[in-house]
Amino acid sequence: MARTLITVPETAKAGEIIEIKALVQHPMETGYRRSSDGDMLPRDLIRTFTCHFVVGPTAASAAEAGELVFAATFHAAVAANPYLSFNFRATASGTLVMVWNGDKGFAQRETVNLRVS
Amino acid sequence: MATRASHNARRSTYGCLSVRTLIALFVSLALSSLAHAADSRKSGFDFMQPSTQATQLDDTQNPAMLWVKDGQLLWNKPDGSAAKSCANCHGEIARMRGVAPRYPAYSSAQKKVVNLSQQISQCRIEQQRATPWPFEHESLLGLEAAIAKESRALPVKPPEHPLLVEAQKRGTTLFNQRIGQVDLSCRDCHDTLAGKKLGGNVIPQGHATGYPIYRLEWQSVGSLQRRLRGCMTAVRAEPYAFGASELVDLEAYLAKRAAGMPLEAPAVRP
Repeated sequence: MARTLITVPETAKAGEIIEIKALVQHPMETGYRRSSDGDMLPRDLIRTFTCHFVVGPTAASAAEAGELVFAATFHAAVAANPYLSFNFRATASGTLVMVWNGDKGFAQRETVNLRVS
Repeated sequence: MATRASHNARRSTYGCLSVRTLIALFVSLALSSLAHAADSRKSGFDFMQPSTQATQLDDTQNPAMLWVKDGQLLWNKPDGSAAKSCANCHGEIARMRGVAPRYPAYSSAQKKVVNLSQQISQCRIEQQRATPWPFEHESLLGLEAAIAKESRALPVKPPEHPLLVEAQKRGTTLFNQRIGQVDLSCRDCHDTLAGKKLGGNVIPQGHATGYPIYRLEWQSVGSLQRRLRGCMTAVRAEPYAFGASELVDLEAYLAKRAAGMPLEAPAVRP
């Protein structure tokens, strides 16, 4: 389990543009570096990030249905513990589902509820 | 008459004295406030790029907060054969406000000067009856960062203890001692050449006010001892082992040197 730090305002007015910030702990090893013993360090990167918005009062447990809010692909030049911030126009209450996928089977899924009044 | 005159004279002398004392008091006050205004000490923060400063100032961006989050969970988690958590003895973590700026401090239990991580290890052994984490362990750094964060903006305040004074003295000697093949002391760079460049980097004054820090070069959180050892390797000296009394002495001196400066932990450094 990687550690994440997600910042979303708890409530928003309908139509308001909110900022979503997501920080995840990950070494983002490039695959181009050597260890102090001279061995190649195997590549270990986060490859993709997606954030979907599922409309509804309860937390979405199913696979990501819903509307794609933001997606990113990561490459070797991204620093360790990557930080993302993006904007979203909140129209109805629902759940933000964020998924990071990467090498070595890295898969991190976090959900955050958003109440829109 | 004579007595009266001398009495008056004495009175006027006293009057003069008190005015003089007042003036002296004002002058010394003005001087001390001047000295305060002219405190030339600067945190490493002041030498950083605005983008790095922004990362430190925003907790939602500061990667060290991942470690803090971990530490806050550990604070309430029972551990060891005593099945006690930190909170069982100390209460909420917010009550740790004012603790981190004191360290290194003299520990009567260990009969030596210890830093915060050594105090945490002591608690783990004595109170929780758990195996202490090794130096630079993620959990140790997390707990230390979480405790230090509670004292943010409080001034660094080493306690007064004769044995701590001894440690600070030894630390001063180490700070001024030239070491390594490069033959440099801490003072040579961080006092004499502070503000100038070493390669592409600005040399900071070396005030350890933000530890444990998230260092961009490390891409992780690390302790002051890790930083000190890094400097020692850089001047091609053999670094002291983690937890060595020499490193704690240096830490004690650095705390004295930074006394009164606000704690920034967990800081971000380049």
